[in-house]
Amino acid sequence: MIDFFDPTLRNVALGSGVLGVIAGALGCFAVLRRQSLLGDALAHAALPGVCLAFLFGTHMGLDPKQPLLLLGGALVTAWIGTMLVLAMTRTTRIKEDAALGIVLSVFFGAGIVLLTLLQKGGATNQAGLDRFLFGQAASLLPRDIATMAILGGAVLLTLFFYFKDFQVLVFDSAYARSLGLPVRRLEILLTSLIVVAVVVGLQTVGVVLMAALIVAPAAAARQWTDRLGVMVLLASGFGALSGVAGATISATKRRLPTGPTIVLAVSALVLISLLFAPRRGIVWAAFRRVRTRRRVRLENLLKDLWRLGELDSRFDALRAITDLMAVRSALPATMRHARNAGLVAVEGTGIRLTKAGLVRAAAIVRNHRIWELYLSRRLDLADDHLHRDAEEMEHALDSEVMEAIDRALGRPTTDPHGRPIPRGVPA
Amino acid sequence: MSSHGIIILTGVLAAAACALPGTFLVLRRMSLIGDAISHAVLPGIVLAVLITGELNSWPVLVGAGAVGLLTVFLIESLRNTRRVKEDAAIAIVFPALFALGVLMVAQFASQKHIDQECVLYGEIAYSRHDTIMMGAFEVARAPLVLGAVALFNLILILVFYKELKVATFDPAHAAAIGLSPVIVHYVLMGSVSLTTVASFESVGAILVVAFLIVPAAAAHLWTDRLPVMLALAVLIGGAGAAGGYWLAADIGASIAGCMAVMMGVLFAFSWLAAPREGVLGRFIRLRRSRTRFANALVLERLEHSPADAATLATTLAWPRAKVDEIVGFLTREELVVVEPGGMRPSPRGAAYVRRVVSD
Repeated sequence: MIDFFDPTLRNVALGSGVLGVIAGALGCFAVLRRQSLLGDALAHAALPGVCLAFLFGTHMGLDPKQPLLLLGGALVTAWIGTMLVLAMTRTTRIKEDAALGIVLSVFFGAGIVLLTLLQKGGATNQAGLDRFLFGQAASLLPRDIATMAILGGAVLLTLFFYFKDFQVLVFDSAYARSLGLPVRRLEILLTSLIVVAVVVGLQTVGVVLMAALIVAPAAAARQWTDRLGVMVLLASGFGALSGVAGATISATKRRLPTGPTIVLAVSALVLISLLFAPRRGIVWAAFRRVRTRRRVRLENLLKDLWRLGELDSRFDALRAITDLMAVRSALPATMRHARNAGLVAVEGTGIRLTKAGLVRAAAIVRNHRIWELYLSRRLDLADDHLHRDAEEMEHALDSEVMEAIDRALGRPTTDPHGRPIPRGVPA
Repeated sequence: MSSHGIIILTGVLAAAACALPGTFLVLRRMSLIGDAISHAVLPGIVLAVLITGELNSWPVLVGAGAVGLLTVFLIESLRNTRRVKEDAAIAIVFPALFALGVLMVAQFASQKHIDQECVLYGEIAYSRHDTIMMGAFEVARAPLVLGAVALFNLILILVFYKELKVATFDPAHAAAIGLSPVIVHYVLMGSVSLTTVASFESVGAILVVAFLIVPAAAAHLWTDRLPVMLALAVLIGGAGAAGGYWLAADIGASIAGCMAVMMGVLFAFSWLAAPREGVLGRFIRLRRSRTRFANALVLERLEHSPADAATLATTLAWPRAKVDEIVGFLTREELVVVEPGGMRPSPRGAAYVRRVVSD
């Protein structure tokens, strides 16, 4: 049973919620600037910082588990890691991917070395440092959450004040430069904010998986909107949601490290967004494809019936379905859809256009022939190039564009092949 | 063999096995795919261990290696939806799989010999206890498996050397001669997956990235030639592993962690000392070209108006000491002739100017 009045659980939910908001918001910028993997390298590079801060605190007689101290240490080494990546790519032939890999693995190795040294040294209360590897939300104390909230608040406030500048920077850094914005300084500021966001999450999610909490909420939010502001808000929401959900599940069961649980929660959100987000969702795109194909087939059926009508000027005559199959494959499903839409009537083994069907068929044939004429007259395409293109465009042109082209061509009566362009439905 | 020897051998063989495909990862700018694979094989390893009960058996290598290929495939599919960019696709796929693996470890594996520490930094020290009988000999298993994988990688690279080389340096030419980039890509990824899984027990899922990338990147700083780079990467990796063991024994810390740090140290040394790419070399070259430029500038001026050192210092507005140094050099090398009206460039001096200008 989940009891939100349980103080531990409340801390856990609160802490991971705060973290989700910060990581989600900053992650948007990392993802849009294609720096998703920088977050991964930064998180790993923070580990030796945490251990060094702990050592430092022990030696100076401070409370070595003071969150501000540990986060400060993490900030320092994560920063050094970032600068090393920059320096490496600037001064040598090493490319960014390798630079990130080097910083990530070597810093993490150093962190592991320090961690094992601390363990051997038997510092009585070092056990807590393990939580920085895979995250342990249950270990969050009120003072940890307060630190996270203050750091996070500062980050979000900075983000708020520089939002417009960051927006220009992310989408068009050349334009930002032409506006006279201090692009280099803004880049460094933005990267620093991402560093803080990563560091804030270390205790809850762990260095190994923190990258996911930066990238995944942003990638999920991107599917729902094209606007940066909305994306930032959505990503914060997704981050908070998966943070709270993952941490709560982890805190209520034994042997469930928090980091992986949160990461799986946020990955599920990404999957749902990819599949079902309106407009961009993969499922809707598949639906749209099916619907378009169905409409094209239906319109082709109507067009074929119209063409048969042109042969003997009996547009609404009953045609044998077998005849129609000789012209084009009239699929049973397509005929059914056309009948359900009231565009054709099926009588025995025959099929004919209804009144509504005649109107629709005339419109499609008109689209086709006007488009052919347009290609021929305005673009000087050879006659044998016209048909295939018109075959596709007839389904895509909307009535407004068609009307404009029709007017521009002077309301023609025949197409380039000499066939009549239907104007309205024959009596 | 002593237990030290077995651990060092294990580390060196792991480094060699990793450095070979790692070189191509670095050259093809796919280091982070290697990172992703090394994390993402974890659920495959755990699943295989749960089924077979053993960590370092051939079914585990192949089964978990297949998960590595699945990761590459997933990343590419996600990117091909055109709804996320490649970097984000990588950063979404591998944490999800790794998280799954960690949860599996936490839930089921306490009874098997695989735990969170092993995932993070392996148990290379364990290699000396884990032996199998080969005929009458008792052989440590980890170095045997890693040696086999290193050999396999070497043969793979020798057999596909031309294909890998062309596909890496000139993808357009590779396509023109009918080489499928997809096949080359997946052969390489298969090798990375297999190697990562084989190294897992010794160095863990994360530090293996250091073995894959750091030696190869360091070697790249020293040379342009592929065979030399491959050999150097193996050498640097081996040295890092051996040095890391020495460090670990000295300070009593995680062996695999120390090996990663040592490789970092070797990389840092290369970054500093490599003749062309290194910081020192760059600095020296900069200094030399500055000096040469200053020399040429002075010779040019003397060509138009012969002068002595004092006049030069005032007209150029340079410190006298600097001018004296340059004039000293020019006189010693007989690049100038001293005439009553001042110094003039000798024919050798004129040639020097032409050389500097044409550089």
